[in-house]
Amino acid sequence: MLAVGIGHYLTVSAILLVLGVFGIFLNRKNIIVILMSIELILLAVNLNLVAFSASLGDLVGQVLAMFVLTVAAAEAAIGLAIVVVYFRGRGSIEVEDVNLMKG
Amino acid sequence: MIAAAAFYVFSAIMLAAATMVVTARNPVHSVLFLILAFFNAAALFLLAGAEFLAMILVIVYVGAVAVLFLFVVMMLDINFVQFREGFQRYAPIGATVGAVLLIELTMVLTGWRFLPEAPQWRSAPIPANISNTAALAEQLYTHNILLFQLAGLLLLVAMIGAIVLTLRERRMPRRQIIRVQLEREVRDTLEILQVPIFAGTDEIGIRMRKAISEDRGEAAHEGAESPMLAASHAQSETEGH
Repeated sequence: MLAVGIGHYLTVSAILLVLGVFGIFLNRKNIIVILMSIELILLAVNLNLVAFSASLGDLVGQVLAMFVLTVAAAEAAIGLAIVVVYFRGRGSIEVEDVNLMKG
Repeated sequence: MIAAAAFYVFSAIMLAAATMVVTARNPVHSVLFLILAFFNAAALFLLAGAEFLAMILVIVYVGAVAVLFLFVVMMLDINFVQFREGFQRYAPIGATVGAVLLIELTMVLTGWRFLPEAPQWRSAPIPANISNTAALAEQLYTHNILLFQLAGLLLLVAMIGAIVLTLRERRMPRRQIIRVQLEREVRDTLEILQVPIFAGTDEIGIRMRKAISEDRGEAAHEGAESPMLAASHAQSETEGH
């Protein structure tokens, strides 16, 4: 069981999610910080899953949190690889510069 | 009581670290604050009783993902100052979206409750007598083995994709190819010819000693110009080839 109510966990993870979304909008120039904000959002999701798992006494939430963790790791690796390749070609990682495919 | 206090401390540190991740001036500081946030999230997981997930969070996120971020931030030679230019421009939009999202989440979080029959619908009740790791392993390897292998496949695809994206083959002018070196044999590079003895020596003037001894009078006349003659002869022969 949880030490505090599940509402506390949900509040904390909601604030974390909002911080992540806020970071995506705030750092429009730096794609690395955007990737970190996505990690924060996924961390909030994991916190929610674990809190519900502990509150309900159901283990499936933790299993799902583990899969979310796997996907987050894969996403970070691929995203950073794309950033590295893009920086090699253009010498910049600004999001606004990524308009080569615009017709 | 102590657990509740620990929850508040850890969550406060985590939220502060997340704020610093978003607003830090230097991306390296952002990564370090991200690590701090992950550590505190792991502590929150521990408080919720998910020990294995907490350890995985520390190992995978702090040990692998955050270090990957650090590598990339330090590898790319970026002027960090110019990133702050659009900060004031985008802050109102971000604040608006964040506020809307927060209001929505508040509305969701304030008006909900578990159904009374929810505990009966648990698909995998947490067993009381075995540890969290063992219970999770039983779930993962017995009941969700297909999903587990799918996750492994996903990681494999991500690994191959990252390698394919970032691998750069060096186009060096003289690259060493070990296989070609090892497969080379003597007959590919060296040809042994059976040359007749003294063949061609008359033209280049090496075999003159016998001739000199035979008719000395004539050789004195010829010997003066024979080295020059031999040299030009040899040169024309090599140029002909």
